[in-house]
Amino acid sequence: MLSYAVRRLFGAIPTLLVILTITFFLVRLAPGGPFDGERTLPAEIERNLAAVYHLNEPLPMQYLRYLGQVVQGDFGPSFKYKDFSVTQLIWSGFPVSLQLGGTAMLLAVVIGTALGAFSALRQNSGLDHAVMGTAMVGIAVPNFVVAPLLTLVLGVHLGWLPTGGWGTWSQMLLPVVALALPQIAYIARMTRASMIETLRSNFIRTARAKGLPERVTILRHALKGALLPVVSYLGPATAAVITGSVVIEQIFGIPGIGRYFVQGALNRDYTLVMGVVIFYGVLIILFNLIVDLAYGLLDPRVRYD
Amino acid sequence: MVLNDPLATSPASPAPIRGRSLWSDAWRRLMRNKAAVTALAVLALVVLACFAGPALIPFDLDEIFWDAIMAPPDLAAGHYFGTDTNGRDLAVRTLHGGRISLMVGLVATAVSLTIGVIYGATAGYLGGRVDSVMMRLVDVLYSLPFMFFVILLMVFFGRNIVLIFVAIGAVEWLDMARIVRGQTLSIKRKEFIEAARAGGVRPLSIIRRHIIPNTLGPVVVYMTLTVPKVILLESFLSFLGLGVQEPMTSWGVLISEGSANMESAWWMLVFPAVFLAVTLFSLNFIGDGIRDALDPKDR
Amino acid sequence: MRNFRKFLACAGLALALTSTSAVASRAEVVLKRGNGAEPESLDPAISTGVPESFIQMDIFEGLVHPGPDGTLRPGVAESWEMSDDGLTYTFKLRPDAVWSDGTPLTAKDFVYSWARMVDPTTASNYAFILWPITNAERITKGEVPKDQIGAVAVDDHMLKVTLRSPTPYFLQMLMHHSAYPVPQTAIEKFGREWTRPGNIVSNGAYTIQEWVPQGHIKAVKNPRYRDAADVQIDTVFYYPVEEYGTELKQFRAGELHTTYDVPQELIPSLEKDMAGQFRNSPYFGTYYYGINVTREPFKSDTKLRHALAMAIDRDILVKQITKGGEIPAYGWVPPGVPGYQQQQVAWAKTDQKTRVADAKKILAEAGYDKGNPLKVELLYNTNDNHKKIAIAIAGMWKQFLGVETTLRNEEWKVYLESRNKKQFQVMRAAWIGDYVDPYSFLELLRGDIGEQNPAGYANPDFDATADKATRETDAAARFGLLGEAEKMVLTDMPIIPIYFYSQQHMVSDKLKGWQDNLMDWHPTRYLRLE
Repeated sequence: MLSYAVRRLFGAIPTLLVILTITFFLVRLAPGGPFDGERTLPAEIERNLAAVYHLNEPLPMQYLRYLGQVVQGDFGPSFKYKDFSVTQLIWSGFPVSLQLGGTAMLLAVVIGTALGAFSALRQNSGLDHAVMGTAMVGIAVPNFVVAPLLTLVLGVHLGWLPTGGWGTWSQMLLPVVALALPQIAYIARMTRASMIETLRSNFIRTARAKGLPERVTILRHALKGALLPVVSYLGPATAAVITGSVVIEQIFGIPGIGRYFVQGALNRDYTLVMGVVIFYGVLIILFNLIVDLAYGLLDPRVRYD
Repeated sequence: MVLNDPLATSPASPAPIRGRSLWSDAWRRLMRNKAAVTALAVLALVVLACFAGPALIPFDLDEIFWDAIMAPPDLAAGHYFGTDTNGRDLAVRTLHGGRISLMVGLVATAVSLTIGVIYGATAGYLGGRVDSVMMRLVDVLYSLPFMFFVILLMVFFGRNIVLIFVAIGAVEWLDMARIVRGQTLSIKRKEFIEAARAGGVRPLSIIRRHIIPNTLGPVVVYMTLTVPKVILLESFLSFLGLGVQEPMTSWGVLISEGSANMESAWWMLVFPAVFLAVTLFSLNFIGDGIRDALDPKDR
Repeated sequence: MRNFRKFLACAGLALALTSTSAVASRAEVVLKRGNGAEPESLDPAISTGVPESFIQMDIFEGLVHPGPDGTLRPGVAESWEMSDDGLTYTFKLRPDAVWSDGTPLTAKDFVYSWARMVDPTTASNYAFILWPITNAERITKGEVPKDQIGAVAVDDHMLKVTLRSPTPYFLQMLMHHSAYPVPQTAIEKFGREWTRPGNIVSNGAYTIQEWVPQGHIKAVKNPRYRDAADVQIDTVFYYPVEEYGTELKQFRAGELHTTYDVPQELIPSLEKDMAGQFRNSPYFGTYYYGINVTREPFKSDTKLRHALAMAIDRDILVKQITKGGEIPAYGWVPPGVPGYQQQQVAWAKTDQKTRVADAKKILAEAGYDKGNPLKVELLYNTNDNHKKIAIAIAGMWKQFLGVETTLRNEEWKVYLESRNKKQFQVMRAAWIGDYVDPYSFLELLRGDIGEQNPAGYANPDFDATADKATRETDAAARFGLLGEAEKMVLTDMPIIPIYFYSQQHMVSDKLKGWQDNLMDWHPTRYLRLE
């Protein structure tokens, strides 16, 4: 297992190189450049800007220059937020996104699997439909509706919680809830489905026949086996959630990095987009590796080869 | 047509191999599930309303009522859902929007399902180096900036509604592929697969006949979760200029307009949101019903 | 060494702070401002946006500076003289002007700052603002070295500036952030990071103390500022809240004292329910539709352009759709330039019914009817407000004239490219003046301005009149010429004026001293919290 993990980590290098290369050319193919604005700049000024940011060089040259920088850990200055380097922006925002997303995801996993297992054990009962129906609300009502609604009611009208900002526990509560709701729904629905399947499988029947206590059967055997598809989903979902959500960050005024994925693209902030994409790529690779390792723990039949 | 949709979109339909019996059997079982049947009826109603409804409303999609801008629901004036910020009848817009959203939901989900299931099952079953390469490709696709992909699609192919469906489907299959692969890794070690392999059945047939049918449980459920995702993603594409163009609309777009106006015009949010929610609830119960009906161990 | 200097600076600041608080011994007054967006930079030579300029206005001070009402007041310069030919300005600087680190601020600092601004290696977007100064444009173009700039420090407190041609709006221009003095020592020491807390040295009423990207910027009173005794607010927080809905909620919950803007759709309810704190006033900007006059059918038929313009019922538009107190526009230059006679299109005096009837006649004469309707494609960039307006105007064209409009929305950068390459028929655009002068608007329509010209409009008479105006030193005669030029635009109609902007803010009733003004400038130093 260890050698498998090590091999995978080395394999990440070519994967990242592919991500970097495709993204590098993809962003430059899109119409419009980082310095286009309402005011069209005089040609000389545009030339000066291009020279300072090396955008006047041929693309292969730019690519090699960028690659050389990245190898040394330098992602260059942001084209939009010019007083900061991309690395500084990511390190300033990521802890916030991680704290917010990590808490939301943790909450979602605990509540989601509990609800899912609960529903599965009472399959097709009224209670099952009620729980799953409620979970569905988390998906059917999108974030950009839930979040302003929560701030309006709890923040403005009742005055119980701050409407935005970052730093205190009370400021964290609403965004965590808004972020966790759809995840709870996803996880609950998937847990329920695979739990139902697992509960009917031979090894659970065997366990029950052996007279193991129901609680042990469910927790140690059924739930463990049922988590496989949930875990598959959790890998990329966690990577996505801990890198922030532009909607949540904008609505609550949170200084995370989620906005850079969208605004970086809208601003054609090439370096910032490259930075967050590579960063996200690293996380995706890492989490998918963890997922693949988790398969082995959850189901002894899965082998690494 | 509609009633058959969830079945028709099932991946690499094993029907020709196993014959009709499995499907007609499943259908019978589905029909016995009260929650699923009710949900099917409700969904059929929504679909009917969206496709036939606009013809019954005497207003056009882009007709502006200058003296009824942002007017609340008014039975006397015939604006049952009120009007939007431009004074257009919200009922006709909600129903028209439903056409787009339902189609996006259907087509994009089908695309993501087909690619995802085939890709995931193949990678998982073949394993080793092939799996490794295929899954690294998935990692790469996860990481690429979706927005640029969309912007470039628009630049190269122009505005095209079909393109929206394809673009969304082409992104959403990744999760499906990883889920199916995970299931496959577990299933492929089971006795009956080993038996089939020992019996000299070709890998392609094993994947089709044994692997895919056994992953259908989580797949069907994840599919019902993909529908809301793609419907909302469509409104984000509209934001980038690739989605539907005015005066056409979709539930996603209507809901985001409604959420901006929720304090001053609740009806702009409530009506499209209710339509979307009802649709998703129905899909949810239908999905569960199909899952139960297809469950091999239940038979 | 570096740390030692920093230590000294901190110690000095701490000393100064304790001494002032010992004297005043009152609670710290904290102002929280919604500021629209994360600044792209706080370097006055680099930033281009409005949110940045609000912060810079508090931490820097130019030769001249806006007062609480936005009008020009002496800043670092205590007085100035203009030569009779309008080509030379001599500024007398305050002898007591200092940087926040205590070093004296001299005329040399301005020479350095302006030369840096136009230096090609600085790559400043706004370098052209200073181009009226002799040689500035040639420096940016790399033709002459930067020490050739037409600004000379006669002595420490005397700055002599020569201009390439008379520029009546020169002093107005000096209020722009690109003319602020910047600290040479800090810039040379810290490079790109000189604007960070701890590194930055500035000369305004406040200095930057904290900067959390996308979180907040905290500025504290600069005890060395010349008017420090009159500055009431001790600490300012600027929050980059992009969502106007969020900002308003934070204001209502008492978490902000002022907002950068308000959600358009809530204006009517704010006017009703929060009238005391809702501010709405004219802004120096025009919302308009540009017509691509390089392509048929609008290339040769100016009447057709008028027909589209006449069919827009601007009163309905501002009252029912935008609802923000905008002023229907029948001219190009917004009202409010002192001494300038506003121009209007010929049909501005007629009523809407007549306009529509006349527009119909024009279309009929041009051969358009039900069977052969005029087809127009309307381009706008993604934004709820632009969308609403486009839908309404397309509706007017359809219902009043029978014109068939296709709407095309594009993401901002794609839209810009379509616009610059003139790949559109009609498109929405807007212009906000950089300084209060009609030329700030008219310049846009010059045939030789390149892609910036929103319509591809090129009228040699217009260009000649505009040129003549730039050479004219008599203010009244110059405004007369500019008026003539504007009239030409309104006859040729390459652009359809729709409305003149208004600006909205929420201002807490605890905050005093906030005066609405055309440029929307509200330096913190003039505000008080009660």
